[in-house]
Amino acid sequence: MAKERTKKNSMDESDYLDFEGKVAEIDKQMNELRRLSSAKGIDYSSEIRRLQREQTAELKKCYSNLTAWQTVQVARHQKRPLLGDYLELMVKDFRELHGDKCFGDDRAIITGLGNIGRERALIVGQSKGRNTKEKIACNFGCSKPEGYRKAISKMKLAAKFNIPVVTLIDTPGAYPGVGAEERGQAQAIAYNLTEMSHLPVPIVCIVIGEGGSGGALGIGVGDRLSMLEFSYYSVISPEGCAAILWSDGSQAETAAESLKLTSSDLCKLGLIDEVIPEPLGGAHRNIHDTVYNVEQYITKSLRELKRMKADDLIEKRYQKLRKIGSNFANGMNSRKKTGKNRIKSTNKPGRSKSNTRVTAKI
Amino acid sequence: MAKKTKKTWDGYSLKPKREMPEGLWLKCPGCEHLIYKSSVRENLNVCPECNHHFRINAETRIKYFTDQDSFQEFLVDLKTSDPLKFKYKGTTYKKRLKESEKKTGATEAMRIGKTFVKGRPVILAVMDSTFFMGSMGAVVGEKFCVAVDKAIEESLPFVVFCCSGGARMHEGVVSLGQMAKTSAALAKFNDTGGLYIPVLTDPTTGGVTASFAMLGDVIISEPEALVGFAGPRTIRETIKIELPEGFQTAEFLLEHGFIDMIVHRKDLRSEIARLIDYCKK
Repeated sequence: MAKERTKKNSMDESDYLDFEGKVAEIDKQMNELRRLSSAKGIDYSSEIRRLQREQTAELKKCYSNLTAWQTVQVARHQKRPLLGDYLELMVKDFRELHGDKCFGDDRAIITGLGNIGRERALIVGQSKGRNTKEKIACNFGCSKPEGYRKAISKMKLAAKFNIPVVTLIDTPGAYPGVGAEERGQAQAIAYNLTEMSHLPVPIVCIVIGEGGSGGALGIGVGDRLSMLEFSYYSVISPEGCAAILWSDGSQAETAAESLKLTSSDLCKLGLIDEVIPEPLGGAHRNIHDTVYNVEQYITKSLRELKRMKADDLIEKRYQKLRKIGSNFANGMNSRKKTGKNRIKSTNKPGRSKSNTRVTAKI
Repeated sequence: MAKKTKKTWDGYSLKPKREMPEGLWLKCPGCEHLIYKSSVRENLNVCPECNHHFRINAETRIKYFTDQDSFQEFLVDLKTSDPLKFKYKGTTYKKRLKESEKKTGATEAMRIGKTFVKGRPVILAVMDSTFFMGSMGAVVGEKFCVAVDKAIEESLPFVVFCCSGGARMHEGVVSLGQMAKTSAALAKFNDTGGLYIPVLTDPTTGGVTASFAMLGDVIISEPEALVGFAGPRTIRETIKIELPEGFQTAEFLLEHGFIDMIVHRKDLRSEIARLIDYCKK
């Protein structure tokens, strides 16, 4: 296991993205030298080391300023760690819990109990599948209403036994289909949003790949919302946005730029809590380090959140949700009113504090 | 000069067109009858032939639904500050907002206020589909939450007329966040025991359906309103099959158990007043 932790993910020719041309070239040279040295017994190690340094420098250059569209490509990379990798490497004794006890078992959302570090948790994650068979089974990561209903029913179970919830988000969006509409996709997501907003246990949400619109938000309401460095989170897919606003689907690149969907942009806008760093060259180059970073973040957040009382936790979560976008809505009358609201909201915890003081005296 | 050459004789007389001023007649999309515009207007913008409910703006909706002159509006001037500095196709979001304001006379896609319906006080929010397709951005979310706060404060029922194309793309994740924000506010409202009635009108789709439109204590819809999560065009493009007839209409949702009742526009006032009376504590 220890050896595997440092082992990097092997890259095939098709794994290099368009903007990584130089890196691919260097890797190719290195592989050639390695092959030669093992075949003919000539020592090329200094040469290989030089190339290694060059490759690192090139990767740093590439990945230090990715454009939004390049980030989307990294987030959708075929070798990017998926839910399955996290469950295998991060969660001990994972026990999957199936089914929404109502219609079916959606394979695009996996739920189950397990241990992350020293914390027990309910893990709710979106699964996209690695090969064609898996992809079809989990509908390419597009969740259906039964998936969202499964998620919330297991979260209620977790709340009953005071188990914190960890959600790993990775979906292009909720499934748009006839069956999904018939079974109330919108109602399922809406219900999740409202129930998650006042679930009495800590909820930590992490976007690990694609955060596609309402499909991502359906399991993405909690005390913490963070993203892996090269994941994206957006109100609509760049392709969809381009098709509607530009009336040209091929403008996805421009649309991605306009939508401000990268982790750094969203962090600047104050819409996510933290950016979880990825190893050099993206998560797909080193799955173990990525999973380790995510694990560290989860255990750190859970430790912080577990200290809070359930009522305070819910109130704080409500205030956090209530504030989304408030600073982007302003007007002449509104300033006064939001000011009033602010006073009200700060009063409430104050009052409860004084209450506790009184009870302490008694 | 160019105009004159266009109007040359092409085999059809242009005279009748000139005699019949535009905008007097209307072709109903429901029954394809030609009807007088004024007769539609007098009939609450409902086709007298086939009961097709035409889309109406917030102004008209408030006039139809509330007791005369009883609407006291809150947060009239709340405006978005364009969080993403969104640019597209040679224009900007800000420019489009201004154009839309000029064209529709509305400042945002939602208006909120306190009003009376058949003498019963309610907090009312009305969405306006003429303004940016009634899409939900930071302002709509904020207004909604302020309305909920008011309803909690004064323990009044809360009625919302939904009609929206979904979340406003131009505001990115800010608008996506409004789904969570409004749903959280409703969770709070529900905990305080308030009555919340969303009325779904044509069209209610996307992020609005997947948040506050579907969270009502009693969900009402106007007849034949388009209500769904993904728009019909998106579904058709994704799964590439013809959609069944009546798919995603109010009747479809009623059949599948997602709304409580379908109410004709003329009966909305009395039905909602009755519900408020029933749900009194």
